[in-house]
Amino acid sequence: MRQSKLIEKITQSQIKKDIPDFRPGDTVQVSVKVVEGKRERIQLFTGVVIKRHGSGISATYTVRKMTNGVGVERVFPLNSPRIAKINVLRHGRVRRAKLYYLRDRSGKAARIKTSTRR
Amino acid sequence: MTRKGILGKKVGMTQVFDQNGELVPVTVVDVTPNVVLQKKTEENDGYNAIQLGFDDKRAVLSNKPEKGHVAKAKTTPKRFVKEIKNADLGDIKVSDKVSADVFQAGDVVDVTGISKGHGYQGNVHKDNQSRGPETHGSRYHRRPGSLGVIINRVVKGMKLPGRMGNNRVTMQNLEVIKTDTDDNVILIKGNVPGTRKSLLLVRSAARSSAKRIAKQIEKRNSNK
Repeated sequence: MRQSKLIEKITQSQIKKDIPDFRPGDTVQVSVKVVEGKRERIQLFTGVVIKRHGSGISATYTVRKMTNGVGVERVFPLNSPRIAKINVLRHGRVRRAKLYYLRDRSGKAARIKTSTRR
Repeated sequence: MTRKGILGKKVGMTQVFDQNGELVPVTVVDVTPNVVLQKKTEENDGYNAIQLGFDDKRAVLSNKPEKGHVAKAKTTPKRFVKEIKNADLGDIKVSDKVSADVFQAGDVVDVTGISKGHGYQGNVHKDNQSRGPETHGSRYHRRPGSLGVIINRVVKGMKLPGRMGNNRVTMQNLEVIKTDTDDNVILIKGNVPGTRKSLLLVRSAARSSAKRIAKQIEKRNSNK
């Protein structure tokens, strides 16, 4: 078997199939499973996707939100079993793949136009 | 000390999620079942060992002695033949197969291979020495330092520029993340020596610290 095919096959079982289609600029609500001692609960992280990175099992996406005037970015592995659900709240219309420029903007300037993409 | 062991080939690196949901970097080692070619015994050869063969090669590439040797195990000539001294592979006979399940997830192993060749390199890259200042008229940038007192020769073992890499390297105390007998692969945490497609020898760990590490792994895995 080709080497790259073999690696793909090994990681296949851990790749999720129910991931919604979302792109940079979209606003998403990520349900993160948090373990506190023995208990497990769901924490929500809502923000704008500013980048998608990598492919296969190593794929990640970065979500940015403002908390008390401070920008918070979290990088999530796309196929992580710790993510219960990704909810796409809004499609945004952007002209870049990586929205790093949002880091230098705040308030009105950091708005993203809604796209009618389905 | 008895050791388990298997021969394999580096396929490449990827990542997998462990049971805690953490993404773990792993090296994929292809361990298509090895064939036992010979059993060496104390009485006959002066030491105990099991000789394993991995990776079939064409008959054209092998000579008569090689063919004769593998014929005893009723198999095809092998590209990679290595002995495992004092092997602990259970009750095993010549021509038996050794597959990925000699190791289980959570085992601690040593991996031996030939490291990547880097060609002719200076001291800064090869021996981790520091460089000199770039400016202020230093005129001393990436050279080797002093060669010591003047005795009209260079002391043996002096670090000087030369070929880097392409050595036999053993990485110790690596964790086995998963073994798979369907795809015949072992996933080992982190990196292992060599390029992709390079041949590797995977043995259970030699160091006494391996036991401590194995316990830590077990504790971590049982937390969930």
